Amino acid sequence: MTFLGMPARAPRGVGHLRGDEPFPVAARKALANPQLRRNLHHATTTIRDKSGRVVAELPDWQELRSAGSALKAYTMAHLPELLEQLEERVTAAGGIVHWAADANEANEIVTGLVRDTGEQRVIKVKSMATQEIGLNEALAAAGISPVETDLAELIVQLGDDKPSHILVPAIHRNRAEIREIFLRAMPGVDPGLTDDPPALAGAARRYLRETFLTTRVAVSGANFGIAETGTLAVVESEGNGRMCLTLPDTLITVMGIEKVVPAWPDLEVFLQLLPRASTGERMNPYTSMWTGVTPGDGPQNFHLVLLDNGRTAVLADEVGRQALHCIRCSACLNVCPVYERTGGHAYGSVYPGPIGAVLSPQLTGVADNASLPYASSLCGACFDACPVKIDIPSILVHLRNQAPHPRTEAAVMRAAAATMARPKLYARAQRAAKAARIAGRRGRGLPPPLNGWTASRDLPEPPQQTFRDWWRGR
Amino acid sequence: MSSKDLILARIRQALGDRPQSPEIPRDYRRGAGKADLDLLVERLVDYRAVVHRSTDVAATIRDIIGGGTLVVPPGLPSEWLPPSAVVDDDLPADRIAAADGVVTAAAVAIAETGTIVLDASADQGRRILSLLPDLHICVLRPEQVVSSVPEAVARLDPRRPLTWISGPSATSDIELNRVEGVHGPRNLHVILEES
Repeated sequence: MTFLGMPARAPRGVGHLRGDEPFPVAARKALANPQLRRNLHHATTTIRDKSGRVVAELPDWQELRSAGSALKAYTMAHLPELLEQLEERVTAAGGIVHWAADANEANEIVTGLVRDTGEQRVIKVKSMATQEIGLNEALAAAGISPVETDLAELIVQLGDDKPSHILVPAIHRNRAEIREIFLRAMPGVDPGLTDDPPALAGAARRYLRETFLTTRVAVSGANFGIAETGTLAVVESEGNGRMCLTLPDTLITVMGIEKVVPAWPDLEVFLQLLPRASTGERMNPYTSMWTGVTPGDGPQNFHLVLLDNGRTAVLADEVGRQALHCIRCSACLNVCPVYERTGGHAYGSVYPGPIGAVLSPQLTGVADNASLPYASSLCGACFDACPVKIDIPSILVHLRNQAPHPRTEAAVMRAAAATMARPKLYARAQRAAKAARIAGRRGRGLPPPLNGWTASRDLPEPPQQTFRDWWRGR
Repeated sequence: MSSKDLILARIRQALGDRPQSPEIPRDYRRGAGKADLDLLVERLVDYRAVVHRSTDVAATIRDIIGGGTLVVPPGLPSEWLPPSAVVDDDLPADRIAAADGVVTAAAVAIAETGTIVLDASADQGRRILSLLPDLHICVLRPEQVVSSVPEAVARLDPRRPLTWISGPSATSDIELNRVEGVHGPRNLHVILEES
C-alpha cells in the first residue's frame, strides 16, 4: 500500500447506495405485492420484446458489443490520461472542470455553484450520478429546490417515492397509479385527467413548460464525455434534456469518471448499442452534444464535475472493475428473473438489478451491501443482454467470496472439507446420511442452523446405495 | 493535495497491475455507401414523423403550416419561405415558443435509424429555435442522407452543438411503451427535397 492506504469507498451517511434492510427482507415485501409484480412483469416483457426486435435488425450486433467492450477496457487502462485530456479540452472550449473525490465534495461543489448564481431553483435532467450522491437532498438542505423534469423522475418526485429502475425510475407504477399521483400532487392539474398515456405526458408538458422557461440553472448527468474533443453527450427521449441543456444561463454536469470515451468516432459504437439495448429503439428521440460554451447558443456558463465516489476502489479490483464499463442501459434489469419479481426497491441502491448487485457493493465496500451479490440465481441472462459484455455472473461469484460469511457456515464448510479429504470418514458420513433418511428426517429439511438452506429447497434424498457400495459389489 | 491529484493518484494505484490495453476490433459495418432514401422514409414514419417527398419545398411548407406563424434561422434559403416567416435575430424565448412552427435545414440524416442531426449552422439556427415550437419542419437534401451511424459520425463536427432527432418528442416512461408528445416538438415533418 502507498500513502493512499485502503481504496476509498463511497462514504456512508450521504447518497443512495445503501438500503435500510438486506435484500431478502426487502424482496419478501415486494413479492407480497401482486400489483407491483403485475406492473413489473408487463413492463419488462414489453421492453424485452422491443429490444429483441431492434437488436435482431443489426447483423453486426456481436461485433458492436465486442468493440464496445474493448473500448471500455481501453478507457479504464488509460483513465488518468483521458481524464486530463477531457479537462484540458473542456477548459479550452470555455467550460470549468471540478474534481469531486466523493459524494459530499460533489454536493458541496454543485451547491456552491448554484449559490453563486443567486438562484433558488434548478431544473434537472435525469441522472444516475446525482441520484447516487443524493444531490437533491443536499440542494434542498441549502434552500435550493431541485425540479426533476424527466417524466418518470417527476412521477417519483411527486409521489414522494424512490426510483426502482435505471432507465424508467417509475417502472413500478402503472398508468392508473400515475394518474392518481398527478391528481394528488401536480399543481394546477386538470381534475378531469384520464389515465391515457398521451394525456399523462401532456399534463407533464403543461406543468413543466413555465419552469423550463424561467429557471436559470440546470443540473445534468452525462452519458459520454469525449476526451479528444471535450464534448459531452446526453441521450434522452422527451426533450426535457434539450430544455435543460439549452435554455438556462448556467449548466452544471455531474459525470462519473468512468464515463469518459477516448475519441469522437468511438461514439459510433455506443450510439448504436445504447438505444437498442435500453429503450428498444433504433435511436432514442433526442441526443444532445455540446463542447464547452457556444457563444449565442445555450448556457454561457458550463461546469463539469468529475466524480469518483468509490469508482477508483472498483477500478482496483481486477475482476470487479468491468462493472465500470456499464453504460446504464438497464438491459440486464429487464431480462433478470430476480429483478422482474422483486423490482428495484429491494436492492436498496439507486443501481438495482444485476448491474446494481455488482456495482453497489463495490462502490460502498462489500460489507455495506453484503446481501446483494446473492440477489441472483447466476442464470447468466444479464451477461447475454449486456451491450458491452460485462460478465456480471463472474463478478457476483467473486464478490460472494468477499462477503462476510457466518461463522457457522465457515465451520460446516471446514468440517465438510475435512471429511471429504478422508475416504473412510467420508464413507461413514454417507452411511450416516442414509441412516438419517431411514430415521425419518426426510421432507423436513435440515436441522438448524442449516434449515435456511432447505427452507425453499427440497433436500435431495440420499440414494439407496452409495457409489462406493455399488463399486465394491459390482 | 487537490481532489484532482487525489483522484488521479487513486486511479494510478488502482491500475498498479497494469491492465492490458486491448486492440479495438472495428469489424462492425461502416455503412452501405449509398443511402437508401426509401428506408429513411420508412424509419421516419415508423417513429411518427410525417414525411413529404417534394420538388417544391416552399409549397410544401405552405401546405403544412397553413395560416400559422413560423420562425426560421437566419441562413435558411429565402426561396423556401412564406413572406410571414419571422427570422431569428436573437428573438426572446417567449416569442419563439409562441410561434406555431419552425423550419430548419439539417446537417446529416441517417437512413437506418430514421435520425436527422442539426449542427446549429446558419440554416439550422440556435438550438432553442428548433426546440420550443410544437411543430418542427426539417428540410433534407438527398445528398445529406447517409446509411449508417458511423457514416454520420464521420461527417459531423463535435465542436458544434449537435442535436440528434429521431421522431417527435416521446417517452417510454409509462409502462415502457413509446408515447409521442412530451416536452420537445410534438409534430415533426420532414421534407425530402427531390429534383
